[in-house]
Amino acid sequence: MSILDLTAVELGKKIKAGEVTAVEAMEAVIAQIESTEEDLNCYVTFDKEAALKRAATADEAIKAGTLTGPLAGVPVAIKDNMCTEGVLTTCSSKILGNFVPTFSSDAVVRLEQAGAVMIGKTNMDEFAMGSTTETSAFGLTKNPRNTEHVPGGSSGGSAAAVAANECFFALGSDTGGSIRQPASYCGVVGLKPTYGTVSRYGLIAYGSSLDQIGPLCKDVTDCATIMEVIAGHDTKDSTSIKREEYDFTSALVDDVKGMKIGIPKDYFMEGLEPEVKDAVLAAAKVLEEKGAIVEEFDLSLVEYAIPTYYTIATAEASSNLERFDGVKYGYRTSEFEGLHNMYKKTRSEGFGPEVKRRIMLGSFVLSSGYYDAYYLKALRVKALIKKAFDEAFAKYDLILGPVAPTTAPKIGSSLSDPIKMYLGDIYTISANLAGLPGISVPCGKDKAGLPIGLQMLGDCFKEKNLIRAAYAFEQAYGKYEA
Amino acid sequence: MANVISDETIEYVGILAKLELSDAEKEAAKKDMASMLDHFDKLSELDTTGIEPMSHVFPVENVMREDEVTNGDGSEMTLANAPERKDTAFVVPKTVD
Repeated sequence: MSILDLTAVELGKKIKAGEVTAVEAMEAVIAQIESTEEDLNCYVTFDKEAALKRAATADEAIKAGTLTGPLAGVPVAIKDNMCTEGVLTTCSSKILGNFVPTFSSDAVVRLEQAGAVMIGKTNMDEFAMGSTTETSAFGLTKNPRNTEHVPGGSSGGSAAAVAANECFFALGSDTGGSIRQPASYCGVVGLKPTYGTVSRYGLIAYGSSLDQIGPLCKDVTDCATIMEVIAGHDTKDSTSIKREEYDFTSALVDDVKGMKIGIPKDYFMEGLEPEVKDAVLAAAKVLEEKGAIVEEFDLSLVEYAIPTYYTIATAEASSNLERFDGVKYGYRTSEFEGLHNMYKKTRSEGFGPEVKRRIMLGSFVLSSGYYDAYYLKALRVKALIKKAFDEAFAKYDLILGPVAPTTAPKIGSSLSDPIKMYLGDIYTISANLAGLPGISVPCGKDKAGLPIGLQMLGDCFKEKNLIRAAYAFEQAYGKYEA
Repeated sequence: MANVISDETIEYVGILAKLELSDAEKEAAKKDMASMLDHFDKLSELDTTGIEPMSHVFPVENVMREDEVTNGDGSEMTLANAPERKDTAFVVPKTVD
């Protein structure tokens, strides 16, 4: 068995026991990257020497007894929209192609303090806008399970790196499904925490009221363990929440007896691939056989989630991306006449088509005359959607369904029809609108051998229900095998 | 209901968005925006009378702190990212005559 087959927690234990060093683990990851990266393109930035140096520093602290946590010495990949001090952070965009942050995001600092060792920065859809990692300015990433297919997005580089053993775990961010959907497409575990659980400080904003950082990893145990490291209150993020507890690993129990699971009927309508449907319902059966009480119910408003989400997300994006103007950092156009022309040319040359599309739409829904009809309307519907979930969670401990209507699409088949691509987000975006935690765990494969993911949503702050059910499912079903 | 985006609207949105679109991009944007707005119009089916707009799921409050420097002097690292700099300043085109 190779080091690479270990989960992050298993590797951490071996490092702690002195059986493996952080440098050896990093060397194994680097060897893997050197053999598969040319084909997959999971990373935007990967500096071998720097990674080995960081691993050596971790080894010293582990030897000295100052680093003792479960992730000490474990190599991690970071999505390229999280600032990393002194390390290029591009958001997979030309406009930030040369940006070197002067500080690190809070989640990255917490990982470093726990002794996890950064390998590099992973590829993504430009500014996290996309579902395929094809909108990156630095080339697409391929799905390691089948390289003719996309890895999903926007955290496609992170999910693919986990699936390809190019890291032991990764951080992603999820605005409308960007952790859960690539996790599903690549056959790994991904968790989007309750809004405000992981600090957004240093996360380059897309939709600030929706964005959350979370783990992509090999199994549920890793997922809970990583959460305990990255979650926490942060005074540098005004939306960070002081939770009553930050314990996630105590939920790693193989017991779902009496747990009430609701399956929204509306999630199993037209558009859902039969193979995905069957795998997800079979997973529900597994939990039922283990003692959970599973029943169908009407969630309502499901069909309104996508227009609500894209109105709010593009509005926030148009405002958040206003800062990229070529003045203080990033790309600046070479020829211009005056300040305003410099802004316009810089932005037009620096942003890709999908980002421009969303900025235009967001600017429109916020513009005078349309603000009430579109933006405020969407915020009112968001309140209704939140209420529908509140009612559901009064009855159920968790909601179970698919992550995406299909398995990973073929490369090149998605971008030409944006609406069709946006419709693929139907099962994931509600969690962002309502602030809920959601987990994606592998639950099968389709005929082409592509992974299928099971999604479970919990009420706010109830990650432990998700972890418990996901862990119990994993114990019964087993982990994903390529 | 089918939305039609006029040339004037695209020009106006381009100004708001600070984007300079080519003619081909403008045509594509008109089409994209119209079809997205058709999709967004679905929300008008719902009666939201008396429903307060929800910008955040949890109540958001201002977070105050003393105005003290805690992160040291990062000016040199910050200026290192400048597209153009002169001494300790960012260079930009003339903004006032």
